[in-house]
Amino acid sequence: MERSFIMRNPSVLWFLLALAIFTLGVTILSEAFGIGGLSTSFIKTLGKTLCLCLIAVAMDVVWGYCGILSLGHFAFFGLGGYAIGMWLMYARTEEIVVNSLNEGAIPPTQQEIIDGIGTQIFGVVGSSEFPLIWAFSHSLGLQLLMVVLVPGLLALVFGWLAFRSRVTGVYLSILTQAMTLALALYLFQNDSGLRGNNGLSGLQNIPGLDHLGQATISMWFFWASAIALGAGYVLFAWVTSGKMGSVIRGIRDDESRVRFLGYHVESYKLFVFTLTAVVAGIAGALYYPQAGIINPAEIAPIASIYLAVWVAIGGRGRLYGAVIGAAFVSLLSSWFTGGGAPSIPLGFYTIQWTDWWLVLLGVSFVAVTLFFPKGIGGLFDYLVRKDP
Amino acid sequence: MSTLLEVSGVTVSFDGFRAINNLSFQIGEPELRAVIGPNGAGKTTFMDIITGKTKPDEGRVIWGEKSVSLLDMSESAIARAGVGRKFQKPTVFEDQTVRENLAMALKNPRGPFDVLWYKKTAQGAEKIEEIAEEIGLTDELKRRAGDLSHGQKQWLEIGMLLAQDPRLLLIDEPAAGMTPAEREHTTDLIKRAAETCAVVVIEHDMEFVRRLDCKVTVLHEGAVLAEGTLDHVTQNQDVIDVYLGR
Amino acid sequence: MRFLALFFAAAISLSVSGVQAQPTDLKAVLELHAEQIERPKRLQVGEVVEDLIALGTPEVTEFLQRWQNRELHMREADGQFFYVGEGTPIELIDVVSGQVVGTAEDSELKQLRPNAGVRRVLGSAMVQFQLSDPNILRRVAAVDSIARRPQADQLAPLLASIPNEPDAALKERKERLAGLLTARFGETTEDRVAAIEALSGELSLDVQAVMNQILTTRDAVAVTLPENENIAEVYEVGTDLSTAEAYAQLVSADLALALIPNDAIRTALAANIDGGFVGGVPVAQLNTDAARATAYTALAEVGTVPPLVTEADITSAVQSHVFYAVYTEPDVAVTDAANEALSEITTRVGMNQALDLTLDGLSLASIYFLAAIGLAITFGVMGVINMAHGEFIMMGAYTGYVVQLFIPDYTLSILVALPLAFAVTFGAGVAMERLVIRWLYHRPLETLLATFGISIALQQLAKNIFGTQARPLTSPGWLDGAWVLNDVVSISYIRIAIFILALIFLGLLLFILNKTRLGLEVRAVTQNPGMAASMGINPDRINMLTFGLGSGIAGIAGVAIGLYAKVTSEMGADYIVQSFMTVVLGGVGNVWGTLAGASLIGFLQKGIEWFNPANTLAAQTYMILFIILFIQFRPKGIVALKGRAAGD
Repeated sequence: MERSFIMRNPSVLWFLLALAIFTLGVTILSEAFGIGGLSTSFIKTLGKTLCLCLIAVAMDVVWGYCGILSLGHFAFFGLGGYAIGMWLMYARTEEIVVNSLNEGAIPPTQQEIIDGIGTQIFGVVGSSEFPLIWAFSHSLGLQLLMVVLVPGLLALVFGWLAFRSRVTGVYLSILTQAMTLALALYLFQNDSGLRGNNGLSGLQNIPGLDHLGQATISMWFFWASAIALGAGYVLFAWVTSGKMGSVIRGIRDDESRVRFLGYHVESYKLFVFTLTAVVAGIAGALYYPQAGIINPAEIAPIASIYLAVWVAIGGRGRLYGAVIGAAFVSLLSSWFTGGGAPSIPLGFYTIQWTDWWLVLLGVSFVAVTLFFPKGIGGLFDYLVRKDP
Repeated sequence: MSTLLEVSGVTVSFDGFRAINNLSFQIGEPELRAVIGPNGAGKTTFMDIITGKTKPDEGRVIWGEKSVSLLDMSESAIARAGVGRKFQKPTVFEDQTVRENLAMALKNPRGPFDVLWYKKTAQGAEKIEEIAEEIGLTDELKRRAGDLSHGQKQWLEIGMLLAQDPRLLLIDEPAAGMTPAEREHTTDLIKRAAETCAVVVIEHDMEFVRRLDCKVTVLHEGAVLAEGTLDHVTQNQDVIDVYLGR
Repeated sequence: MRFLALFFAAAISLSVSGVQAQPTDLKAVLELHAEQIERPKRLQVGEVVEDLIALGTPEVTEFLQRWQNRELHMREADGQFFYVGEGTPIELIDVVSGQVVGTAEDSELKQLRPNAGVRRVLGSAMVQFQLSDPNILRRVAAVDSIARRPQADQLAPLLASIPNEPDAALKERKERLAGLLTARFGETTEDRVAAIEALSGELSLDVQAVMNQILTTRDAVAVTLPENENIAEVYEVGTDLSTAEAYAQLVSADLALALIPNDAIRTALAANIDGGFVGGVPVAQLNTDAARATAYTALAEVGTVPPLVTEADITSAVQSHVFYAVYTEPDVAVTDAANEALSEITTRVGMNQALDLTLDGLSLASIYFLAAIGLAITFGVMGVINMAHGEFIMMGAYTGYVVQLFIPDYTLSILVALPLAFAVTFGAGVAMERLVIRWLYHRPLETLLATFGISIALQQLAKNIFGTQARPLTSPGWLDGAWVLNDVVSISYIRIAIFILALIFLGLLLFILNKTRLGLEVRAVTQNPGMAASMGINPDRINMLTFGLGSGIAGIAGVAIGLYAKVTSEMGADYIVQSFMTVVLGGVGNVWGTLAGASLIGFLQKGIEWFNPANTLAAQTYMILFIILFIQFRPKGIVALKGRAAGD
């Protein structure tokens, strides 16, 4: 079955090949395992970009294939980040606390260690108690489960409510946006149990791996992100091909017709919504240890809209389009906002791209929507296959 | 011929307007029935009620040998029970091939996971070929449905209904916008389908109805005005009044 | 014998001073009491003050004040009192005439420094003066000072000053203040109870403060409940008071041994390590509380450390005592009356808070309504999602700001800004409709994204032009301040103005949509564009005008919101989600629906904030959750169109 699936979708093979070559190239150029042409921070940027590509693929499935313009997938991304961040922060703080307590004459009790960690982590929000949601934070295994379960369950419950009441189209987008806003506002509170607007920090320090150094760790995460993207791509390519893909695209094009064919449309939407949310959570769990910090601002509705922008620019309804869009726009964005782009002197005024990049992005986005509704992927199509 | 569907005493109002008014209707299996009536007679709403799209204010809709009520079922469950519906405008999935369209309609388990793990079978392929031949689209199987002509889309939609293996077919104005030759083919399709299952055809075009040569039900203001052969109903004074205006 | 004679002489001199006729001028009083003035004692200074007050002359007030402020000096040579002026040698100023009468060196003078007790006596004596001062400002100041720090001894002078108070308003204030003072410091129980009952009809903060003062309690602990104290409440350990808190009270009352905190145990153990063991337990095993307790108990048994208080000790100590709160006010009748008055006041305050909350909700609802109504037109009537709607609000606000740069008169500038903001955003809306939206009428999701692109571009443009800091949009002077109904209920004039503006817009829109040709055409195009076109209506023109209208209203809303909040490039983004919620919640395509949605959101948000006042973020979170759930039950909003016309 799997073999014939790949045979039927040669583009998947091409994508995996490109990804493998890219990964190999980066590895050769890395400081830790190669000749050192790329700085560690740039490796991290590339690794993060791979994670963004993964969530963009998920977004493409839910929007480009199933027609649900979710403005909430970045919330799932953030939740995945928070879930892994809790373990990273707990375990890392535990190391520090145990070390400092062991310097005393008397060995520490379990309670003293926990109190010490609590004070370290929640001191910034004026607390030292562990909230209930940190109950599993000591265990990597359980917290990894949370990476999948928390976004998955939220998507399941929210999706069930929304699809059940037949909220569709623009309304659904607004509803998902509201969900995202509610979550972000909730996390902004100090008593949310996740350190309010301080968020979780120091996530780049992997407990127990201090001796390896960031150069090595960054490569590990880069590989992990590449593997995740490859696996996610294959998964979604499989889901969107064959009969499932047929039904999903049918729902996008004419929901009620699919319903009268006897398919329970809501279940399909819920399946796609939840599956993509889980993948978004996994992408987030890989992204934030590379970013080092997560705070509620990351979850704000605007992030999810940017996600839609990437997919639209890359080209909806094509998985590789989403990857291209996410990689292109997010790398371009960091080039422009990071001061990499040269400013343009006009004589009377100098265009500083740090100030004007968003204007350019906004305007080009309008242009893409109006003139290239198929995005960069559409262009690609046009070049590769003359007859679509 | 046993009764397949029995609609009794159904009433629906929208904002005080009674679209369906104490309507009763029954059809056996197999049977071909044409439903005619002027604009606003409630034909489409009638179909909406049977397919579960609109819930009536009162009345009963009873289905099959076990006499289950369709009113408590969702649209997709009703479809799975064996009610197929063809809309007035041809609604096929234009982005997908004719084969994909037919494959989606094939009678198979409909759950997301069944579909996800679905494997193509020889019987399935055979059935698709069979239907394609029936609707005259054998050569078009690999084409995008959106590239078909208007008539071909109509046939494809009928083909999709047949692929569902339905017990009751609801067909809304199948002949609209067709050439005479296409109409003939459509009539044949419908008549052949009616040999095995119950078919309800809603149509404006009297000529087409005459060609179907079946029992006719006339709807007016949400209620049955007359029922019988076409000749019988066209001689009914009430029907003449409604069609010609009083 | 000699002792007796001395005593006798003293007695005579006392009686002489008693018999002596009242001195009639300040100099004489000062001479008489020179010693008391030089070294005043708190208990005796009253006599001096009484004599001074008896004089009743204006310079006495001055004298008391200067004395209290340590500005009175005595010439060592002859014991004369002076105020001092500037310069060296120091100018001496006569206490009666206020004229400079000579000079002296610093060393010749002694500054008089009455202690705090004396100064307090002087202060209250002065209040008495000031309360009857001919200058009304002084009298007001005296009343203010009493109100700020009410004291028992001020009651009598205050009461005394009331009958002769010429100013009616001030008299009323004095009477009210006297009531407050009587409630706390009145002589008899009856007086106080009467005063308290008289106050129970009020709801001002100072009355509440007085009642709370009277009802001040302190926590106490005893073996049995004392009978002769005014007990407020007996605590039940476990429900009103945790065992730990109860024990802490016992410790602070010296009725139990202090708990040894974990830190102290750790320190004590660390200090007593003996060859890898503490109290017989190996150090390495001291990583549980139980092992530490064993080691510590062993140390305590040999007397190295104070004994450990065990759970059992705590329980038995707590169980053998009663914990209660006792009023500092001993009089039961007074506390009962105060309790009753306070509960009555609380009820009234609660009712007034409800009213205040209603007003708050109303004003929030009007803001949401203003922000959302433009959207209701573009989204509701035309089905077009405009994510840049928030930026139109922002453009309106910045228009107001720019107008104020050119027109300094605030009233005039607002009057100019409102139509100008409408014009600017109307233009922007029409441009956007022509250039972008009309190409996307059948792709609503893409409209959403394209307008979002416009939104981020506009936001960044505003940032580039106006900077990131908030810009002021100042309201005219006559909109400053608030309409104060009482201490609890008040609403600022700006909010009233916004409310009125919202009403005007509601009326105007209803008029335009229902009574004008434009409205008719808009509705026609909305319901059936093809049919409308065949009847000679130009749908392009109508769409353009409708979109312009919706955007223009957003601009006016921007001016209104800018007056009440700050103008920033991000202000639009703050309102966009709420605005969409308002429209969706209310029911699309209906002005009344938007009104209902805005009211529901406004009132609900204020209501939730009231339950949890510290946390507006939580209020917004719960608000949105509520909306998501609400849409489950009414997917088409509060005011839903029914039937086939509503479509799918």
